[in-house]
Amino acid sequence: MSAVTESISIFEQWWLQIEPAVQANTLNFWQFLYKEIYLNVIKDDRWLQYLKGLGVTLEVSFYAILVGLVLGTLLAILRLPQVQNMTANGKSFLSGLGVWVVRGLSKLAGLYINIMRGTPLLLQVLIINFGIFGSISIDKVIVGVIACGLNSAAYVAEIVRGGIMSVEKGQTEAGRSLGLSGVRTMIYIILPQAAKSALPAMCNEFISLIKETSILSYIALTELTKAGDYIRSRTFSAFTPYIVSGLLYLLVVLTLTWLIGKLERRLRNSDH
Amino acid sequence: MTTDNIIISVKGLEKHFDEGKLKALRGVDADIRRGEVVVVIGPSGSGKSTFLRCLNLLETPTKGTVTVENVNITDPKVNINKHREKMGMVFQHFNLFPHMTILKNMTLAPMKLLKKSKQEAEEKAMNLLKRVGLADRANAYPSQLSGGQKQRIAIVRALCMEPQVMLFDEPTSALDPEMVGEVLDVMKQLAMEGMTMVVVTHEMGFAREVADRVIFMDEGKIVEEGTPDQIFSSPQQQRTKDFLNKVL
Ligand SMILES: Nc1ncnc2c1ncn2[C@@H]1O[C@H](COP(=O)(O)OP(=O)(O)OP(=O)(O)O)[C@@H](O)[C@H]1O
Ligand SMILES: [Mg+2]
Repeated sequence: MSAVTESISIFEQWWLQIEPAVQANTLNFWQFLYKEIYLNVIKDDRWLQYLKGLGVTLEVSFYAILVGLVLGTLLAILRLPQVQNMTANGKSFLSGLGVWVVRGLSKLAGLYINIMRGTPLLLQVLIINFGIFGSISIDKVIVGVIACGLNSAAYVAEIVRGGIMSVEKGQTEAGRSLGLSGVRTMIYIILPQAAKSALPAMCNEFISLIKETSILSYIALTELTKAGDYIRSRTFSAFTPYIVSGLLYLLVVLTLTWLIGKLERRLRNSDH
Repeated sequence: MTTDNIIISVKGLEKHFDEGKLKALRGVDADIRRGEVVVVIGPSGSGKSTFLRCLNLLETPTKGTVTVENVNITDPKVNINKHREKMGMVFQHFNLFPHMTILKNMTLAPMKLLKKSKQEAEEKAMNLLKRVGLADRANAYPSQLSGGQKQRIAIVRALCMEPQVMLFDEPTSALDPEMVGEVLDVMKQLAMEGMTMVVVTHEMGFAREVADRVIFMDEGKIVEEGTPDQIFSSPQQQRTKDFLNKVL
């Protein structure tokens, strides 16, 4: 801790050095740059606010991705042709009623995907925040996770569905011919292969989700964008707070891209 | 032969595609007896694969019944998964699971369905691998094998479930010619051990040598059936003669 305090005091000293020039409005470029950084990052430990915002952004994104993955995979399975066209024939464990319930859910899943993809995320966030949770006091992080997760699920569903359909029909037949049930064939044989082929598209979806959580600043969730915005309202610097926020987004996205690239290479090398 | 010897009985089997516009099977009756090797031949599109796939309900018949060990498996109340455990199937394109090692390919179903321990399942798999000379590839992935090796693995993967019947759909058609022999050898050995087999193939040599009975299909029907000698040396139907003239 003492190292940090010390280094900040060096920053304070530098600030004192240029302060006359700030007053006189005679800053050169480097002095101007330092002034911006000092006011928007260093002063009053403002960097902490960006980091807190970043933490909130990561938290919301992480849980929203989980919600999106689980719900999206379920939606994708409901949208598969074999589920959509399910008949009572040969499905001894499903009664006639069960089949109709599943087919109804499949239709609903289609409707859900279309609505979520066909309307702006901002609108969905506002509806969930003011419409659904309007009268309840609830943590904005939860509102954000629900809104972004529900939205992402629709995109994930299409990605997973594409992944599943890219797996050869022979794989299902091989699994079923061994006596594995449809569900087990899906879990052990189809989904692992689907996940691999869907990985690049899924990576894109995660990246857009992380960036789109910035929309949650509209409902006063102090995530990374809002943190920058708040600092701008204090320092009146038009660019710097947003650029700092932007750099942090970039850092997260590039790290994620790198990690997924590594995973992809590993998958490619390990098996076929 | 008593009916007890009949393991699969097919009656009035029809299969239509595209809402009845395409009739792949137009009334097939056949009995498969225990220990019998039945080879199904016929021109492309005659319904051979469809017939075979109806036997384990990979295709749902439009009409007719398939009875396996005295159970009508076309009855929706029947648990088809239980019956498929007893009927191994080998496909033209092998259909190994590319994301699993050979050993995992072979032990997945026995562990999940026969509730075998990992050790038990692997022991059985290794024994089978030794028999087809591929024990050293147990930890390889399917993509690291040749076509002939893949198909031999596909056969022993099915055998891991200790099936009563083995169904083969053109098991050598996707192979380079020099690899056909190694797969047919495994099948011959299996036949000699008394496995009940239904084999769709264009390998007439195999049919002549191994089959107890040859079925000739055309346009969704069985045109003629008999011993290899009857079919290959003195076919009765003109369509059989025409087909054999083309392929022999
Ligand atoms: N899933 C399907 N959907 C629509 N038509 C099909 C389907 N499967 C088979 N058919 C049609 O049914 C007919 C019989 O096909 P099948 O595959 O049983 O023939 P085959 O005797 O196995 O031919 P081949 O020697 O080319 O494998 C063909 O006309 C085929 O196009
Ligand atoms: Mg065929």
